[in-house]
Amino acid sequence: MTKATSTTAEIGLFNGAILRRALGQAVLKLNPRGLARNPVIFVTSLTAVLVTILVIRDGVAGADSFGIGIQVAIWLWFTVLFANFAEAIAEGRGKARADAFRATRSTTRAKVLADPRRRDIHHPKDAAALEEGDVVLVEAGDIVPTDGEVIEGVASVDESAITGESAPVIRESGGDRSSVTGGTRLVSDWLVVKVTARPGETFLDKMIALVEGAKRQKTPNEIALDILLAALTLVFLFVVVSLPVFAMWSGTEIPVIYLAALFITLIPTTIGGLLSAIGIAGMDRLVKANVIAKSGRAVEAAGDIDVLLLDKTGTITFGNRMADAFMPLPGITEQQLAEAAHLASLADDTPEGKSIVALAQKRFALRNDTASGASFVPFTAQSRMSGANLKDGTSIRKGAADVILRHVNQPASHELDRIVRTIASSGGTPLVVAEDTRILGVVHLKDVVKPGIRERFDELRRMGIRTVMITGDNALTAAAIAAEAGVDDFLAEATPEKKLELIRSTQADGRLVAMCGDGSNDAPALAQADVGVAMNSGTPAAKEAGNLVDLDSDPTKLIEIVLVGKQLLISRGALTTFSIANDVAKYFAILPALFVTAYPGLAVLDIMRLGTPSSAILSALIFNALVIVALIPVALRGVKYVPASASALLGRNLLIYGVGGLVAPFIGIKLIDLVVDLLRLA
Amino acid sequence: MAQDILQFVLFGAVLVALAIPLGAYMARVFAGEASFLRWLERPIFTAAGIRPEQGQHWSAYALALVAFNLAGFALLFLILRFQHLLPWNPLGLPGLSGHLAFNTAISFVTNTNWQSYGGETTMSYLSQMAGLTTQNFVSAASGMAVAAAVARGLASKQLRTIGNFWADMVRATLYVLLPISIVLALLLVWQGVPQTLDTSLTATTLEGAEQTIAIGPVAGQIAIKQLGTNGGGFFNVNSSHPFENPTAIANLLEVLAILVIPVAFCFTYGRMVGDRRQGRALFAAMGILFVVGLGAIYASEIQPNPLYPANVVAADGNMEGKEVRLGVGNSALWAEVTTAASNGSVNSMHDSFSPLGGMVAMLNMQLGEVIFGGVGVGLTGMLLLVIVTVFLAGLMVGRTPEYLGKKIEAREIKLAALTLLVMPIGVLAFSALSLVVGTGQSAVLNQGPHGLTELLYAYSSATGNNGSAFAGLTANVDWHNTFLGLAMLLGRFGYIIPILAISGSLAAKRTAPASAGTFPTHGPVFVTLLVATILIVGALTFLPVLALGPIAEHLSIAAGQSF
Repeated sequence: MTKATSTTAEIGLFNGAILRRALGQAVLKLNPRGLARNPVIFVTSLTAVLVTILVIRDGVAGADSFGIGIQVAIWLWFTVLFANFAEAIAEGRGKARADAFRATRSTTRAKVLADPRRRDIHHPKDAAALEEGDVVLVEAGDIVPTDGEVIEGVASVDESAITGESAPVIRESGGDRSSVTGGTRLVSDWLVVKVTARPGETFLDKMIALVEGAKRQKTPNEIALDILLAALTLVFLFVVVSLPVFAMWSGTEIPVIYLAALFITLIPTTIGGLLSAIGIAGMDRLVKANVIAKSGRAVEAAGDIDVLLLDKTGTITFGNRMADAFMPLPGITEQQLAEAAHLASLADDTPEGKSIVALAQKRFALRNDTASGASFVPFTAQSRMSGANLKDGTSIRKGAADVILRHVNQPASHELDRIVRTIASSGGTPLVVAEDTRILGVVHLKDVVKPGIRERFDELRRMGIRTVMITGDNALTAAAIAAEAGVDDFLAEATPEKKLELIRSTQADGRLVAMCGDGSNDAPALAQADVGVAMNSGTPAAKEAGNLVDLDSDPTKLIEIVLVGKQLLISRGALTTFSIANDVAKYFAILPALFVTAYPGLAVLDIMRLGTPSSAILSALIFNALVIVALIPVALRGVKYVPASASALLGRNLLIYGVGGLVAPFIGIKLIDLVVDLLRLA
Repeated sequence: MAQDILQFVLFGAVLVALAIPLGAYMARVFAGEASFLRWLERPIFTAAGIRPEQGQHWSAYALALVAFNLAGFALLFLILRFQHLLPWNPLGLPGLSGHLAFNTAISFVTNTNWQSYGGETTMSYLSQMAGLTTQNFVSAASGMAVAAAVARGLASKQLRTIGNFWADMVRATLYVLLPISIVLALLLVWQGVPQTLDTSLTATTLEGAEQTIAIGPVAGQIAIKQLGTNGGGFFNVNSSHPFENPTAIANLLEVLAILVIPVAFCFTYGRMVGDRRQGRALFAAMGILFVVGLGAIYASEIQPNPLYPANVVAADGNMEGKEVRLGVGNSALWAEVTTAASNGSVNSMHDSFSPLGGMVAMLNMQLGEVIFGGVGVGLTGMLLLVIVTVFLAGLMVGRTPEYLGKKIEAREIKLAALTLLVMPIGVLAFSALSLVVGTGQSAVLNQGPHGLTELLYAYSSATGNNGSAFAGLTANVDWHNTFLGLAMLLGRFGYIIPILAISGSLAAKRTAPASAGTFPTHGPVFVTLLVATILIVGALTFLPVLALGPIAEHLSIAAGQSF
């Protein structure tokens, strides 16, 4: 898929403008009301305030501890600022994307119709002031003012502003292509559109709010993680608050500033600082894939999906039957049949017709000009066949077996019957070709499975996700295609009711189901599914029922959505593990520093051989702050996800973030300590 | 040394060989399938108005348990406080002080059996038998009921109830605790443990002096004290007393009895949730921690005290505070078993262990008594840590974390996270408070790191509902009796109520079938992660204070300084 516009362009990780804005934002975010949303960082800032007050007191009193105290205070503030900075960068990237969306928004005025039947009388109204239920006229060259449903007319619409897809699409009243999105442009004709979105609640608005992180609600797993982090913070509060008592018993006194430093290095500031950046970046990745989530919950649920329901047509197969073979009757060569079929299809621009031409030309090197002067007979509902009348009076027709037999007015020969049956039983469609009253043979039309889709399904299977193909075909045809595409199961002769029933029974087994759909009759199933992806081209009812909307209207997008959901959770889990594992090294840095005066023997715990007690504490604190910055790219990009079984994934992530989290700070703190010593900071 | 290790291996083999069938049997008991005692069970149910098939919502279950324990507390408190007015007090012992009665009643109701007193010189026979021994049974049965209810909750699909507390408790007592303790008591009597209502023997020593030797109804109480991970001895010196623990066979029987039910619960659990691999995984995690702990204690006790002058030969290792007839091997094994399994009975004095040996015993309790732990509650304590582990692991594989097909969400995490606070509050906050408040401090007999360890050990033992004492602390004072009592309550109900709530909430959820995308909670990866989580949570909480206590003491002794 080509992505042309700025909305979908990659935003560099270290985009200068975003970084500069984020620096300012980081300071503005010190507003306590914002900080209180994040328990760990809030506690950090309270500690920073306390230490600052103590340091000022020390400074006034001229105490010796002022030098180290002021540095501890500064690094505590930096810890908070770095966390704010991480969030600000994520938001900044979202904003950059949102600005691109906003630019596409029309400033033109809408043409409001007082009477939907009278297209000639309209008055202008600000697009932003349009109310739900207003009826507007959109003409060629106009920008669609807001989201709505087409109630009259057919037109081609350029949706590249939101989808990046440059080919215009058809929008028409009735049916499944009746919805238009604000910001898109009419290329031809006119439409009468009934507004379906309240002011400020159009898709564009939702998308902007989503990527800016402004209205971001915490997702269920994020809330659970927040609770766990808060509990760990409390555990460390008890550890640190009780410590001076035990130290006093042991005959030593620990300065409050050191305790504060110990506390902050122990509580999970790394994940606490990056948590909201991870969430915003996850949404951002989704938007980059041109998907709007109505809630973060849906994105998380996507990671949990057990069963994917996929429509056959357009998702698994190309959606059009294509000619696969020419099967002549006895006495007729394959080339004769191919030539006739070729002639009959040259002027036929349906996908089937084109595919017959392509196959004939490929097999027998036929040329396009052989049909000059022929007149094309298009398919109609009455005749149910198509073909061509040649200059010499020959008529060639192709169509379903029964139709052609009636047309030539003769019973089916034994051989014809056999060929037709064979094709039908393999899941294909037999197209019988007749020249005047003589039946030449059959063209085998086949549903062609998209290349690479089988591998996609294998990948999903490794992730533990079952795929179920939904099709209106009969069971025989469905089974053949299911086998070819490699899906796990299929639902044949599907109706909206059967689809809904399948979702319910799958859910009753405790599985989470995802599906995509576009028609109004898909709405109940979309609403019932745990993750329902509505196609943007679909009806407003479908879009209302789904919890995600794919702007590209590409059903295979479901797979990407699942990956985004999983990556979001993995990033959180991995960085939490890293954060907690870090604490071990911090103990080895700080504990000997605090206790060595009481028990000189405890110096053996100082396995990093750090310079002085105060440099050890300062180095651990600096490491703790800098690691937030160092991990911002991981938070924004997301932890790398390769589809694999859960055990393999866990093993890998444990090794990188668990063991890595144990080892990294030993090296980091030692290096920082060398610098601290070199600069004689402590 | 080879003999000791051979003995450890033998112990482990016999233990597992006993625990597996017992586990299967208990699963049948809690499913109501064991029926050979129906004739006894039925009248009890009828008389008490218990309808065993009528399930309770988790809150009703928890309320029944709390109410039952509260009633038990009130009764025991009154018996102890007024034992001088009650019969069966041949020595004419006085009633207990208010705070001691409070502490002791809590101690036995919470299955801790912390003893701020010396048994034979404080308790009348009525107090011992009707008061303490009764609680030895029912406090153990309460814990077992909790485990049964939790396993049931995890196994059920969209149910509102998690079983019937009264039925679970009666069945635990009737089918498990009573029969096994009767057999065990008889075996102990055979080995020479007294079981009599006589008060004491009088013997004439070699010097011709007259000595009074306390005896009494010992065997019955010892059997249940070990089996129910209670630990409260008949005699002050507990199982190092020759009447409590007379022979090598008695020692083996008792140490097996301590662990057999907690170990069996792993297998019971696996059967009850319908996936035996889950039980084996928990057994593996607990087993690894157990073996590591045993190795550490043994390794530090087999070394002689480094402060001995060079010419002193101490080939048997650190024998201070150990019975010569038991030796280092049996003492180390018992110390590991009794602290891992929240039992608390001792056959050697932990206070005299080398600093690191004592530290491991203490750490066993500080990890939350999850290395097999108390009967029933050890398993449920472990499940709380499983939930925390599963949450982290689940996120790392990119799915909402699941355990046994149940989604672990904010509510479960909130409850599980709450229990992470129990140990820091009960051990760190309460010990620190005791030091800040003068009366608490003055009760600590030793100075320096050893004194700190003694204090920490007491609060770890109380919060872990273990009951073993490090000695060196005058616990029978207002402050400690009160705060150790509170620590025991916190350590009991601070775990039990949240895990019951979690069980209730999971019981109501749908069970998702496992797929390749679900993270398996029975494989070696998970066991490793679980062990790592337990150790890291424990280490992060206690490393600072351990550094000031046993670690500092160890390093100082190595440098030639003692406290």
